[in-house]
Amino acid sequence: MSTDAEVHASQPPASDGLVMGKDGMAVLVDVLIRRGFTVVGPTVRDGAIVLAELRSADELPYGWGVELEAGRYRLRERPDGAAFANAAGPQSWKSFLHPARVREWSADRVDGDLVFTAHQATPPRYAFLGVRPCDLRAIAIQDRVLTGGAYRDPGYEGRRSGALLIVVECTEPGATCFCVSMGTGPAAGPGYDLVMTEVVDEDGHRFWMRSGSEEGAEILAELPARPADPATQETARAGVTAAADRMGRTMPEADLRELMAGTLDAPRWDDVAGRCLTCGNCTMVCPTCFCTTTEDVTDLTGDHAERWRLWDSCFDLDFSQLHGGPVRASSRSRYRQWMTHKLGTWYDQFGSSGCVGCGRCIVWCPVGIDITEEAAALHDWTQSGTSASTPEPP
Amino acid sequence: MVTDLGPVIRTRPTLAVWKFASCDGCQLTLLDCEDELLGVTGRVRIDHFLEMSPAEGADRERARLDGRGPYDLSLVEGSITTVEDAERIQHVRRISRYLVTIGACATAGGIQALRNFADVDDFLAAVYARPEYIATLETSTPISAHVPVDFELRGCPIDGRQLLEVITAYLAGRRPQISNHSVCFECKRRGTTCITVAHGTPCLGPVTHAGCGAICPAYGRGCYGCFGPSSKPNLRSMIAQLRHDGMSERDVQRVFRTFNAASPEYAPVPDLAAEERQGPPA
Amino acid sequence: MSTVTPPLPYRVAGTWDETGDTRSIELVPAGRRLPPFAPGQFAMLYAFGVGEVPISASALKGRHGGLVHTVRAVGAVSAALCRLRPGDSVGLSGPYGTGWDLDAAVGHDVLIVAGGIGLAPLRPVVHAVLGRQAAYGPLAVLVGARTPADLVYRDEVESWRGQARVEVTVDRAAPGWQGAVGVVTTLLDRLELRPERTCASVCGPEVMMRHTARDLVARGLAPHRIQVSLERNMHCSTGHCGHCQLGPLLLCRDGPVVGYDRVAPLLLVREL
Repeated sequence: MSTDAEVHASQPPASDGLVMGKDGMAVLVDVLIRRGFTVVGPTVRDGAIVLAELRSADELPYGWGVELEAGRYRLRERPDGAAFANAAGPQSWKSFLHPARVREWSADRVDGDLVFTAHQATPPRYAFLGVRPCDLRAIAIQDRVLTGGAYRDPGYEGRRSGALLIVVECTEPGATCFCVSMGTGPAAGPGYDLVMTEVVDEDGHRFWMRSGSEEGAEILAELPARPADPATQETARAGVTAAADRMGRTMPEADLRELMAGTLDAPRWDDVAGRCLTCGNCTMVCPTCFCTTTEDVTDLTGDHAERWRLWDSCFDLDFSQLHGGPVRASSRSRYRQWMTHKLGTWYDQFGSSGCVGCGRCIVWCPVGIDITEEAAALHDWTQSGTSASTPEPP
Repeated sequence: MVTDLGPVIRTRPTLAVWKFASCDGCQLTLLDCEDELLGVTGRVRIDHFLEMSPAEGADRERARLDGRGPYDLSLVEGSITTVEDAERIQHVRRISRYLVTIGACATAGGIQALRNFADVDDFLAAVYARPEYIATLETSTPISAHVPVDFELRGCPIDGRQLLEVITAYLAGRRPQISNHSVCFECKRRGTTCITVAHGTPCLGPVTHAGCGAICPAYGRGCYGCFGPSSKPNLRSMIAQLRHDGMSERDVQRVFRTFNAASPEYAPVPDLAAEERQGPPA
Repeated sequence: MSTVTPPLPYRVAGTWDETGDTRSIELVPAGRRLPPFAPGQFAMLYAFGVGEVPISASALKGRHGGLVHTVRAVGAVSAALCRLRPGDSVGLSGPYGTGWDLDAAVGHDVLIVAGGIGLAPLRPVVHAVLGRQAAYGPLAVLVGARTPADLVYRDEVESWRGQARVEVTVDRAAPGWQGAVGVVTTLLDRLELRPERTCASVCGPEVMMRHTARDLVARGLAPHRIQVSLERNMHCSTGHCGHCQLGPLLLCRDGPVVGYDRVAPLLLVREL
């Protein structure tokens, strides 16, 4: 269990690791379950590779790939039988670490006094199997938002601190992927307990495994694996290197933070507002979007009240509601808020970009709005010479 | 020694349920709240609800269509389609402290508002053997077109949880926790894979008011908009996408011409459906 | 670093009508006490079963030694708070956000400019400066309101006249009003402002703060010597819900009190 880069750095350097076959993957899931983990990983459901609790490695999406485009996701069979050769699906790990609906506390009126009770159910110990490098970074970003400031979210902290992260390096990026632009993949960054690279070739279907924490090493020791041979390591590394050259999307070569800060009055926002449905899907699928709203509910007795927290989105008109109306009434301003926050002001607020290049917002936008295309259009505008205007106060 | 007299008995507000032009489905939603119904009747006195009891008020005399009042909370189902109902809703408003409309008929005019787009006499002639016996207005209009409404609860039919939320919020003096955003929020919160993106299924979810819990997409069916428009829907972009997903101009017109056909937000639909597409999105 | 926790129960010690729709509520702990508030910091006030709103403290020590908040009934929660009576219970959490930087004002002339209920978060500044007058230069308090009936703390504001320069104006006069009429920035003309040695604290509607700050800069005040207190939608106050963003700022964390030098460009962007 490692929660940040420092923890990782203090661990012993990874050895050459081990190699195991599909049988090893089956044992891995069994070992995790025996150790008390709730294993969550990719599996095929409803025509997509979703993240769900796994009872056995048989449920992994062996032989399934995906075809991704803006506003389009299709499952495709893979003749090679690989389990992890598919890019990001409809959900991310935040569905488990930062769930869509959480009860925070309740209040009871007892003899005229208020009694508040925090709700801190003991979370399951999650083992996340098949975390992509981009998503590993996304988890680190949410760590920073929800536990790295002056206030820690105790629910998130409880779920996160017990979670075991088993990362799979990316060998099959989708047409909507741009992790290379964001510096998050396709090789795994720090913070994992175990990392694996899947190899399928004439020598068989196997996984090159390395540990990144003591617990990861303990688990690795229980698997039917042999020392990693140079050929497997070489093939695995080559697969990851090749993936870096096969990104379907790229961000413009510009300082994105400066680009966002300098284009708040660009006409492109009107253009994207014409297409944007303000449905909120991009924020809901984004692995780093963390915004929530609260609901204060009462029961019929009127003496029991509860505080719930739900995923919210800056695309909701009510998101910026003040007495007198919403601050961001136009869809132009709401799309601009999302994108400039993600790529720009996130640095000011939390010290990094909020985007990891997973491409989910592009795929799951019903009308296929593409954040890389919008960024490129803004960049073009700054290069066109028409952008040197100073906004007048309203 | 002080004797414990038990919990303070608060005054029980009175509730009335009214029917105008409608199918009764939304009223039945209240009766369908089986587990909570006793709790509701413990906190409010249901004084006028013909679906439940022919008697009215504390002294339980025979109820009349127009009720006696006054009532603290009135739930109004149905749209205004007759001269009599246009007068009766004024009466209901006068005798109600707080008036909530429930369902697509009451909030948008209902499926019967299809008459607003055609000649009502043609409909009468097509449906009734003796149309001269039928006295009806040329349009079906929502309650808010006639009297001030304190809250509008959407849906065809309404959602039982949302109805209970409106009642409990009223009792607690708070704003009902009912959002105006899209159905997509609910799909994502419940973890449903988007059927438009994953399967190319046309779906009105992105422009439809949340509240149903995103039932249809969870069963692989596209949202057909029974909760009406979400706040400020971008219909131009939505309709371009529906056309892209295989719907014809006529299909698009028809999918918006259902329970919420007369929603003002849908007025530009025929023009937008007829627009030539500029090619598929990016 | 602290953990997000539920509110603490507080009891209403007293309430006072300030205007037709605005009341002050003094709260004392029913058990455990929150850490002390600084002038300009805010609390989340929870009305049982109705909801929670962020409200700046309008006095750090009220008549009963408690924390005072001034609430205008504009929504369900604030209306419920305005209905509270002595003895009632509420939930309270805080203190949240930045306060007015009073240390920076030490040795300087202090200028307070308030619009409407914007005087509430500034009142603790007046109390602090008057309580330590030797540390500061002269204090000037400029107050504006829509009508005379919208002026909050009227008697108290009058009581400051002996120790501070106090000017009051209303946008629209009413019968019996003999004071100034006009927006609050017109009062600046009445001051012998020493811009190089003045620190200003401004709170009111955003448009009022923008105009006041701009006028002060035009009169020679350095933007970093002007502080404003901004309002945005807030759900958590702990930097986690994302609602209170103003460009790079999370106003529950980086605000509500912010230097005008930081926010001036942000306030110029429509719908930011």
